[in-house]
Amino acid sequence: MIERIKRSELKNRVWEMKNMGYRLVTMSSVDTGEDIEYIYHFDKDLNMVNFAISVPHGESPESISEIYGSALLVENEIQDHFGVSFTGLALDFKGSFFLEDEVQKAPFCAMSIKRQESNAEGNE
Amino acid sequence: MAPTVIPFGPQHPVLPEPLHLQITVVDEVVSEVLPKLGFVHRGLENLVLKRDIHQMVQVVERVCGICSCIHAHTYCMAIEELMDVQVPPRADYLRIIWGELHRMHSHLLWLGLLADAFGFESLFMQCWKIREKVMDIQEATSGNRVIVSVNVVGGVRRELTPEQCTWILETLEEVEKELLEIKQVFIDDFSVQKRTRGVGILSREEAYESGAVGPTLRGSGVAQDVRQSGYGAYSELDFEPVTEPDGDSYSRAKVRFREVLQSIDLVRQGISRLPQGESRVKVKGWPEGEAISRTEQPRGELMYYIKADGSKHLERMRIRTPTFANIPGMLKMLPGVDLANVPVAVLSIDPCISCTER
Amino acid sequence: MLHMTPSILKNFFSKSATRLYPVEVREPFEHSRGALEIRLEDCIFCGTCMRKCPSKCITVDKNAGTWDMDPFACVYCGICVDNCPTHCLYQAREYRPPEAEKSHVFLQGEPPKKKSKKKQASGEEEVSGQEGEDQNGGDET
Repeated sequence: MIERIKRSELKNRVWEMKNMGYRLVTMSSVDTGEDIEYIYHFDKDLNMVNFAISVPHGESPESISEIYGSALLVENEIQDHFGVSFTGLALDFKGSFFLEDEVQKAPFCAMSIKRQESNAEGNE
Repeated sequence: MAPTVIPFGPQHPVLPEPLHLQITVVDEVVSEVLPKLGFVHRGLENLVLKRDIHQMVQVVERVCGICSCIHAHTYCMAIEELMDVQVPPRADYLRIIWGELHRMHSHLLWLGLLADAFGFESLFMQCWKIREKVMDIQEATSGNRVIVSVNVVGGVRRELTPEQCTWILETLEEVEKELLEIKQVFIDDFSVQKRTRGVGILSREEAYESGAVGPTLRGSGVAQDVRQSGYGAYSELDFEPVTEPDGDSYSRAKVRFREVLQSIDLVRQGISRLPQGESRVKVKGWPEGEAISRTEQPRGELMYYIKADGSKHLERMRIRTPTFANIPGMLKMLPGVDLANVPVAVLSIDPCISCTER
Repeated sequence: MLHMTPSILKNFFSKSATRLYPVEVREPFEHSRGALEIRLEDCIFCGTCMRKCPSKCITVDKNAGTWDMDPFACVYCGICVDNCPTHCLYQAREYRPPEAEKSHVFLQGEPPKKKSKKKQASGEEEVSGQEGEDQNGGDET
């Protein structure tokens, strides 16, 4: 149901989806301990296609907002909750889309502070 | 004249949801929009770490008040898929009867708010008067007017007796009669047309590419409805998605009005085919794996992604609500609208910010 | 053109759609979910309601025989009523009236006695048998 692919193939697969007429449903993200997994969900005529990439903590994933404009809202939300920062984001709220500036610790990702400094203590 | 920046803030007399838009106007016509959300963010997705899977049904119902039954239905569908539980057919039918009643009361509420947004207060009061009958049905059958709380993992926990079914059908006849009396007002009245025709136009390609769902997409001519995929008992009912070709606020209002009449018909079909049998099965054990489930809320397509690892708490739950997908479409339709028509355009996507921000 | 006029004339000449509230009160429906109440003499202090509550508003102490509830944290969902093994919890038809200060419900009952013999039928038993509680240990329905 969810296909795991390599990070380097991501952009090509997303362009393929766009050319075939799929629309982006959303992106999900899960903290698996060693890295963060980003899952992309696409749909056309009620068939869903999902694939996922894994990015280690501390690295910045690439944004797909130049291909699908509606992805920028989801990526801003993931920036707030997980304390990562996407490269190439078209409209970047820099971590204050949902959360206020005084919130320093990213709520979903126990190992990093908001706005992506190097690792602090973990507090599960 | 130089451009002016106007904050259309979270508190505003005609805006029913706490959304902030920073609108740049040139001579009273909107040229740019910047949104800001986050006023009702409660962090409900994080609560899976502290409540087990059965208690999460009650949490998930409270993500949104108006569409609460359908949130619980989607969550229960995903967990039942992971635990391989077969829900009895009577429970499927009961779930969609309550789901369609929710759709009716949500659309009637929106029709009233739309009339209020351009000042037609008597039509607003008339729509909400009709809605009271639907709320009475919900309270008499499940105990609560708004958050009906009937779904559990494994079925439903309330029953409908035959006397209640007869009473529901009689009440729906009265609702339909009163709705048909005001149908001509929505379709033909001069003031409704002047304030909604041509406001907030989204063409067919723009609506599909920006990811719009629900009546926002169907009002632009794309016939897509997740109920056609046949989850629950929808595979046995007979209906077609309601579409309109124009893509402005007037078409979206017509789509929602016709969907209320379609929902009345679906409830009648559901009650006439309601099978006998039990309405709940016992569920033992904890789920493991990943599951995705989708349903059609009054505002569009709702998607849940659940990841479980075999313990009593879930590892991750991700909710994608329809208003989150409609906001890029709203940002695309606003440039070019007159400042006085901005509330009508924003309301025409039926925003539900408490769903968007969870 | 004048599509709204028949409705307006009808509303003008018929009785009002709202009722004069404190003077005239509607009878609540039969299954309305109102305030949470308990028949304490039937309670066996098993703690099932405490474990199932989504908002964690009930505290049960089996040894002391107390049942506490925070009525301002309760969301009136009725899960405890559905799962109570002796059906001593029920929901009244009316809501709690509004109050000026937060209050708490503390009830003291008889704690269950420790039985020394578990089964009468099969001969002798070791002493300090368990109480007859613990219906569902960890698995839920």
